[in-house]
Amino acid sequence: MRLGSERTRLAVAGARSVTTADLGNQPRGDVVRGRIFWALLLLAISIALLGLAVLLIDVLIDGSERFGPGLFTDQVSGIPENGGFQTAIIGSLWVIGGVILFSVPIGVGAALYLEEYANRERWWNRLVELNIQNLAAVPSIVYGILGLAFIVRGPLDLGFVALAASLTLTLLILPTIIIAAREAIRAVPPSIREGSLALGATRWETTRLQVLPAAIPGILTGVILAVSRAFGEAAPVLLLGATTFITANTTNPFEDSYTVLPVQIFNYFGRAQDEWLQLAAAGILVMLILVLAMNSVAIWLRNRYEQRW
Amino acid sequence: MEARDITTSSRLAGEPPLRRLEAPSRRYGEKLIQGLLGLCAAISVAVTTGIVISLIEPSLGFFEQVPIGDFLFGTDWTPSFQPQSFGVLPIVVGTLSVTLWGLLFAIPIGLAAAIYLSEYASPRVRKLLKPTLEVLAGIPTVAFGFFAFAFVTPFLQDIWPGFLGQGPNIFNALAAGLAIGLLIVPIIASISEDAMSAVPHGLREGAYALGASRMRVSLRVVFPAALSGIVASIVLGVSRAVGETMVVLMAAGNNPQLTLNPVEQIQAMTAYIGTTATGDIGTGTIEYDTIFAVGLLLFVLTMLMNLVSIRLVRRYREIYE
Repeated sequence: MRLGSERTRLAVAGARSVTTADLGNQPRGDVVRGRIFWALLLLAISIALLGLAVLLIDVLIDGSERFGPGLFTDQVSGIPENGGFQTAIIGSLWVIGGVILFSVPIGVGAALYLEEYANRERWWNRLVELNIQNLAAVPSIVYGILGLAFIVRGPLDLGFVALAASLTLTLLILPTIIIAAREAIRAVPPSIREGSLALGATRWETTRLQVLPAAIPGILTGVILAVSRAFGEAAPVLLLGATTFITANTTNPFEDSYTVLPVQIFNYFGRAQDEWLQLAAAGILVMLILVLAMNSVAIWLRNRYEQRW
Repeated sequence: MEARDITTSSRLAGEPPLRRLEAPSRRYGEKLIQGLLGLCAAISVAVTTGIVISLIEPSLGFFEQVPIGDFLFGTDWTPSFQPQSFGVLPIVVGTLSVTLWGLLFAIPIGLAAAIYLSEYASPRVRKLLKPTLEVLAGIPTVAFGFFAFAFVTPFLQDIWPGFLGQGPNIFNALAAGLAIGLLIVPIIASISEDAMSAVPHGLREGAYALGASRMRVSLRVVFPAALSGIVASIVLGVSRAVGETMVVLMAAGNNPQLTLNPVEQIQAMTAYIGTTATGDIGTGTIEYDTIFAVGLLLFVLTMLMNLVSIRLVRRYREIYE
């Protein structure tokens, strides 16, 4: 008996040592290559983060000179010491207010249709889907051309006003909102819908009372990210009259000329002397604070309320 | 219909009347809502149609005056001064040059960052880095343009080694390209990481069980399995780079030259549209119509890239349980 167990112990120990020796004995080349690979990966992600950090620090250093309450209280000026961003900030608020008003109902509506109602067998529904994927990749300046041809002039003929910018930017961010909202809606498990339908709720009742509430955090994240993109977007608005030199604040988005923060920054930047560059950097700082705050809230929301069903 | 027949016919005398299962009314409200939601979705198609019409109509006017061959293959781009010449190649090459430098920076860095986050980083590190990258992906492009002009260009001028010849111009393609590269790194990294994380663990464990090293698992198992997502992220990065306006406008200059030399001043297609549209050019003139012709070219280019990407993604998609 004793002898047998002793033998088993020896056999087990022997087998174990042979196995570990065999498994632990990776070829030297593999170990070295693995280390180098790991170091390269670490280097790459450090370069990415360092680059973005340098960007933030550079703007911070250049902009801190001029950063202060004057940015919010002073209007556009011909002298760098007197220049501020009040008109531009107010213009941005009008434009973004409009964007939220238009893009949220349309975007969420389209997403609900595609996820809850559309029959994927029908060619028109597939067309809509493919089309939205394509629209998401269209350069923003092309939307500017669209806005110029259809909204500022052409059929809508609104002129160079804040409302035209709102409508154009709405079209720009709609695909982003639709794609994000669809993902959030798709994440709601079918059993919830089936339960609701089985209890006699209609399709819309199910959508409104069960699916939508469950998908709200995801939708909100998508909406905030998209709106913050619209806020920082300058290229399409360049074509929509936001570069006009204006001295009065916009009070009527249907009639007054306007400008927005990123375009005003670009305008100051274009005047090329160092004082103007500092003013532009201060403006970028204001914009960065707002945009990064919005995005942080959005990402936090998603991570906080993300549900695994 | 059939269900009702069964319920009515199988009713026996003396039983209480069965409740009908259909809704008591025709539910017009439901239909209305479905219609409204469908309308929201249809707006996207209207937008595409609108884009195409708004681009094609003035472009047709343009191509009546400039032969399409001269436009696509001409090498002189001087639409706004005499003698006018409408060869679009210099600004197309300008865009390609900036995109090329951007991608040379962004693809290796973005993919390496994605592999690190998905395969090497501890859960704690990933939980910190992934959201950081996503937040940074939202930095407005005006900030990148400013950064390219006020930091990258002076930096390149400082470190430019003499044997490479003339240092970078105050406006140059390289600085703009690098800034755009930095702009698309978070996009590529984030989407590729999603694709890599979605690769099922069984595949990795199988490879480890066969004695593969972590590097081998990352490169030979996870990378190919996630290829469709990786391709999609790169194509999205390319279309962002091609369509990027503010960075090239602020840092690459406005001097159309047919060159791939990274230190030279160039003009990109988007920068041409931006500058010309904000200048004081009257509607109806041929300079004005040029904006639309260039816009059309830009639209067609990005559209083609995106369609190819959708194809590729379908082709390489591996479906796992």
